[in-house]
Amino acid sequence: MTHRHVLSVTVRDQPGVLVRVAGLFARRGFNIESLSVAQSEQSGISRTTFVVTGEDSRIEQVEKQLQKLIDVIKVVDHTGSAFVDRELMLIKVAVRTPDDRVEIRQIAQDFRARIVDVDRSALIFELTGDEGKMNAFIEQMRSFGILELMRTGRVALSRSASDMKTKSNHRSKVA
Amino acid sequence: MKGSEVVLKALEMQGVDLVFGHPGGAIMPIYDALYDSDIKHVLVRHEQAGAHMADAYYRASGRVGVVFATSGPGATNLVTGLATAHMDSSAVVAITGNVPSSLIGTDAFQEADVYGITLPVTKHNYLVKNVEDIPRIIAEAFHIAASGRPGPVLVDIPKDVQLADVEGTFEHRIDLPGYKPTLVGHGGQIKRAAEAILAAKRPIMMVGGGAQVASTDVMAFAESTGIPVITTLMGIGAYPAGAPQALGMPGMHGTVTANRAITHCDLILGAGLRFDDRVTGKISRFAPKATIVHIDIDPAEISKLVKAHVPVVGDLRDVLPRLKSMLAGLDIHEWWQQLNEWKEKYPERYKTDKPLVSQEVIEMFRQATSGDCIVTTEVGQHQKFAARLFPTSKPRTWITSGGLGTMGFGLPAAIGAALARPGEQVVCIAGDGSVQMNIQELATIFKHQLPIVIAIANNGMLGMVRQWQELFNAKRYSEVYLADSNPDFAKLAEAYGLDGYNVFDREQAAKLIPEVLRKGRPAVMNFVVYESEKVFPMIPAGAGVDEMIIGDQEPEEVEGVKS
Ligand SMILES: Cc1ncc(C[n+]2csc(CCOP(=O)(O)OP(=O)(O)O)c2C)c(N)n1
Ligand SMILES: [Mg+2]
Repeated sequence: MTHRHVLSVTVRDQPGVLVRVAGLFARRGFNIESLSVAQSEQSGISRTTFVVTGEDSRIEQVEKQLQKLIDVIKVVDHTGSAFVDRELMLIKVAVRTPDDRVEIRQIAQDFRARIVDVDRSALIFELTGDEGKMNAFIEQMRSFGILELMRTGRVALSRSASDMKTKSNHRSKVA
Repeated sequence: MKGSEVVLKALEMQGVDLVFGHPGGAIMPIYDALYDSDIKHVLVRHEQAGAHMADAYYRASGRVGVVFATSGPGATNLVTGLATAHMDSSAVVAITGNVPSSLIGTDAFQEADVYGITLPVTKHNYLVKNVEDIPRIIAEAFHIAASGRPGPVLVDIPKDVQLADVEGTFEHRIDLPGYKPTLVGHGGQIKRAAEAILAAKRPIMMVGGGAQVASTDVMAFAESTGIPVITTLMGIGAYPAGAPQALGMPGMHGTVTANRAITHCDLILGAGLRFDDRVTGKISRFAPKATIVHIDIDPAEISKLVKAHVPVVGDLRDVLPRLKSMLAGLDIHEWWQQLNEWKEKYPERYKTDKPLVSQEVIEMFRQATSGDCIVTTEVGQHQKFAARLFPTSKPRTWITSGGLGTMGFGLPAAIGAALARPGEQVVCIAGDGSVQMNIQELATIFKHQLPIVIAIANNGMLGMVRQWQELFNAKRYSEVYLADSNPDFAKLAEAYGLDGYNVFDREQAAKLIPEVLRKGRPAVMNFVVYESEKVFPMIPAGAGVDEMIIGDQEPEEVEGVKS
């Protein structure tokens, strides 16, 4: 079965670690739909979120291969479990008439989008939320004219207190 | 102390007393330090061969093999060797020099992105940035290479880091939070495995390269349960080939008995193998009636190709004895009757109503050595003939490129094995094509006077490719003919200072083989053999195990052999 998978991959902050992780997806023929990387709460450890679509069994194989990478500490596939995810978007919308300006600001308010830059002929909004919200806002703005937009890609965390599907959990150690 | 001296000290601390390598500009500081070191260095004539030697050194001894190379072309020459070691899970540490840090990324002379190039063909790799990190990185490299599922690790050291001064402290902490191989099998899973085995009426055990370290456990398990044992190309030696319970090799060029057993069995206990496509053939036709119990140290191998009903992740040395303790002798008398019937009907056979054939040459070597030697092979028909007719009976004595199928592996591998186990006879079964891919290493054999006999099954052909062309490309023999331009191999050997023999017939072969082996001198024996011999049985690529072409292994003459 083909599904969209949101994977959190916790990695050691080493040069080239992203190449290793992303390379694994590429070598197995997956297109990464979105990817975000940043420092985690622990120094020296980064958390990345990958969104990929594919056959479940093949994604499972990629997850196992990811676990094998020395610099990968933990792989969590959020698919099928409770998690929260958010995305940040900056979107520049054309303002052609005073009426447009009013209307655009009204819609933005409904979406809780923040104005981050104002210009005579354009407004830049900042919007966070899940993917559905992003897409809905984009749809609304389309008729006014979207000049540019940039999305961060999704970031995700599982809801439970501890990630269960961790590498260290199903591995034991012997002297 | 300089970084380069720290490298050698760190290697000594890992117990390294021998490295293979080839110097060049970017690794000169390390070679300068080597000048004063107790570590012995084997100067190879091509870095690829050096990597194969280090690989075979590990395979033959269980001690990590080490190879040095310079930046750029030296390092890129290692790539085939690293990929070979990676595919066959062999513990190698490669140390490469690189251009000074300040020049990295500037297309400097002999600069290559070695880290990037070797990333997909190593278990792990490092680019060393600080001289202080060298002791930790070398220790981690050895730990990663040899533990869990072994594999090659490359450490790339820029020249300025080799030259940098550092306080001589070797205190370090291995810091690998993301690396904890599972060694102890899960009790519940082992119990489920035992239940499945007890319920089976027609079980088989299949052992692969991962079982080379667990040979005694495999033998004890087989003995106490009475289960039939199949050894894959990589598993040869992990279970004695001649034992009554041995069914031989499975897969594309496996024995009729092993492949029939796979098709008809109701349980496979896979131990330390990865169900490679050359073993399984078409997956949907592989062991259709079998419950699959799969024990492997690498969780990523489980259910990768063949779905495992009972997976057990762990070291065979832990899992097999525990599994054995839950089982007694299996009641599989009827199954054995069937298997023995096949074994009797399909012994290894080949026809000698023609010029000398590779198979008889290989058999003569087995007889002359009583199978008590280390066998390395090149890649091609001769490799499959050797796997079937010259399989060894002890672990770490059968050394072949299984996963990558690297022509040019066997000759340097013989050198690595000979240096790993001094005094033991090494026989390299080679083809006339493959042997020329690293032939320059005859110089290394001469230099170290190694007891290696290279037996070339010289069919004047890239025989394996020719076989496929004959069977599947309507005999359109495209670019497989070597005979018109092969060198005089005996003269070539002599030019390098080795003994050389050209052998043309079976009487001469039968007389010379024991003689040459007795001499204990390095030698090349070139056997001019029948050119159109084919390896049978054969499962055509993409076909199922049950669609095996039995060919000349059929008791009655079925396959008409043309000359
Ligand atoms: C480096 C490399 N190149 C090409 C191949 C493809 N290949 C596999 S077997 C073979 C023929 C080998 O010829 P030879 O060494 O004479 O062995 P024979 O099959 O004749 O016994 C070739 C070309 C390979 N395995 N490795
Ligand atoms: Mg040949």
